[in-house]
Amino acid sequence: MHNVLPQSHSSSIVIEPSKGYVQVGWGELWAARELFYFLAWRDLKTRYAQTAIGAGWALMQPLLSTLIFTLVFSYLAKVPSDGLPYPLFAFAAILPWSLFARSLERSTLSVVTEGGLIKKVYFPRLIIPISATFINLVDFAVGLLILIGMMLWYQIVPQWTLVFLPLFVGVALATALSVSLWLSALNVKYRDVASVVPLMTQLWMFASPVLYPASLVPESFRFYYGLNPMAGVIEGFRWAVLGKSAPDWGMVAVSLVVVALMLVGGVMFFRRVERTFADLI
Amino acid sequence: MGDTAVRVEGLYKRYRLGATHAQDASLAGALARGMRQLLGRRAVSSSASEAIWALRDVSFEIKKGEVFGVIGTNGSGKSTLLKILSRVTEPTKGRAIINGRFCGLLEVGTGFHPELTGRDNVYMSGAILGMKRQEIARKFDEIVAFAEVEQFIDTPVKHYSSGMYVRLGFSVLAHMDPDILIVDEVLAVGDVRFQKKCMGKMEDVGQHGRTVILVSHDMPAITRMCKRAILLNKGEVVQEGSAHDVVNHYLHAGHIKPCEEWADPTQAPGNEVVRMRAVRVQTESGVIMDRFDIRRPIDIEVEFDVVKPGHVFVPVFNLYNEEDAIIFIAHDRDPAWQRTPRPVGRYVSTARIPGNFLSEGVITVAALMMTEDPFRLHAHAPRVIGFRVDDSGTGDSARGDFHGRWPGIVRPLLEWRTRYTPD
Repeated sequence: MHNVLPQSHSSSIVIEPSKGYVQVGWGELWAARELFYFLAWRDLKTRYAQTAIGAGWALMQPLLSTLIFTLVFSYLAKVPSDGLPYPLFAFAAILPWSLFARSLERSTLSVVTEGGLIKKVYFPRLIIPISATFINLVDFAVGLLILIGMMLWYQIVPQWTLVFLPLFVGVALATALSVSLWLSALNVKYRDVASVVPLMTQLWMFASPVLYPASLVPESFRFYYGLNPMAGVIEGFRWAVLGKSAPDWGMVAVSLVVVALMLVGGVMFFRRVERTFADLI
Repeated sequence: MGDTAVRVEGLYKRYRLGATHAQDASLAGALARGMRQLLGRRAVSSSASEAIWALRDVSFEIKKGEVFGVIGTNGSGKSTLLKILSRVTEPTKGRAIINGRFCGLLEVGTGFHPELTGRDNVYMSGAILGMKRQEIARKFDEIVAFAEVEQFIDTPVKHYSSGMYVRLGFSVLAHMDPDILIVDEVLAVGDVRFQKKCMGKMEDVGQHGRTVILVSHDMPAITRMCKRAILLNKGEVVQEGSAHDVVNHYLHAGHIKPCEEWADPTQAPGNEVVRMRAVRVQTESGVIMDRFDIRRPIDIEVEFDVVKPGHVFVPVFNLYNEEDAIIFIAHDRDPAWQRTPRPVGRYVSTARIPGNFLSEGVITVAALMMTEDPFRLHAHAPRVIGFRVDDSGTGDSARGDFHGRWPGIVRPLLEWRTRYTPD
């Protein structure tokens, strides 16, 4: 087919029905990186322009959760917390968990939300869920300030383990994206997908060591427990920040493999069905 | 091949109808169907098997630097063709080859967010169209000046008038400097002066060796700006050739329809206060017709829903002749509703054009809904219906027994009186 194209034009585009496996299109994605920034910037700007206290909401939710969980799980249920003050123990998990959960929810809705654009103009569609995932880093950064405040209060000094923080933040985003790539694409065809997500994240939270330490999980179940990538992320994040009780690295390795597989599968699935978006939205 | 900008080869596009039922569009429904099939029960017959071909075997070629027209009635496949060329959707069969930087825009103001300022939106929209940040920054002043919104550039666009919004949207597009530019109906918006400015800008683009694909209902614009054009009907290329010939073919080959009804209210012209349902041309007795005897009265009616009460709506018809001159503009002056805010409900407003008034030929009608105080356009259906007026030469029309060429925008049969004084 390529012999039809004049060699002088590197910018020739052939439009035809795509068959079977579709390439990721890294080049195209890279070329559109500015659009990624603009989409993220627009979402942030409009979000914080519309709510008077803007970033305030980003703080309220994890703080209130921490308060309630401390009351219920620490004072009433006496859940152990690896020798750390429970509020700190919980908050250091709720923070990466919220990053994950908000990213998953927002990214799942993103393709349908941007339907107006998808129907009108072409650009690499992958940008939409990716951008909807990454913007949650802003709320996360605000939360991180609170965490620092809490650490000062409890006089806990971060260790060298802090260098692993970006790794676990990255895995949290990758996990959210790997799931939302599937869900955002499915949500185009099946609109009830979006309503399943809050329920899903809620159940998922209890399957992750957010409110209890992973050490409560029996040794023999650890492998299966690690199949949930967020198990490794939460344990790892808490360890990186607070420096106590290193995660089970076997569990983290299982988590990383699972995330990588889901992410590749998600990208392939998304690319395969994105051609139908404009016709279905 | 070296001088080809766009080549389209045997393009087909199939859309599936149906899948509108809630159970088809829900995961729960899909799972339930899957379960039924697993259990060996017959699945409920799916309506998704129904398909329509929006494009059938469409082929054409556009040379570099050409201004190329695409015309056809609503539903002829124009929009689908544009969507495929701008890569919004994929063809079902066939292919298109595009040489050069390409810009397709199916709607002016795509990517605009109402909460953002004009400035932010220029950057946003430019980025979506594929412009680099520095490129937008370099052209920013030019874009704003062209759109004539300098004063309001830091105001959120939700406060813009529709004219300002469209001007800014078009201006971003026009400053893209693509090798190939697709423009869809952009000239139907904005005021006349800005329309002229847009046309000038596009002619400019064409003269700089760039390729323009113009999709429009505005026939004079097509003939004036395009060298070549294609006419689409029901997804097929009916005619390809010089723009002049194709436009003539379109105007005279019955590609006009006497009735337009919007089954889907969200697709109908209108806004949050009023929405059109149908526009029709018919005989006195209510029979929808596309041909009228010049001696008979013609009823034009618009059916519309008032969604929000409290507005004094005035239905308006603009009638155009084949040269696209406005024959007249008619505002509804039904005394029952003049200066009377309309309650919510369905309305049908009919205007009767007397017999022996219009000229022979094809007449197209634009329907509008407006409020006069404050002056505001709420719904606009440009060139929505059309009909033909014929004089069969019975001798009792203005023509009498004369059968030659008869110019004139209208052809009234006047009341003639004669004073005769015999010698």
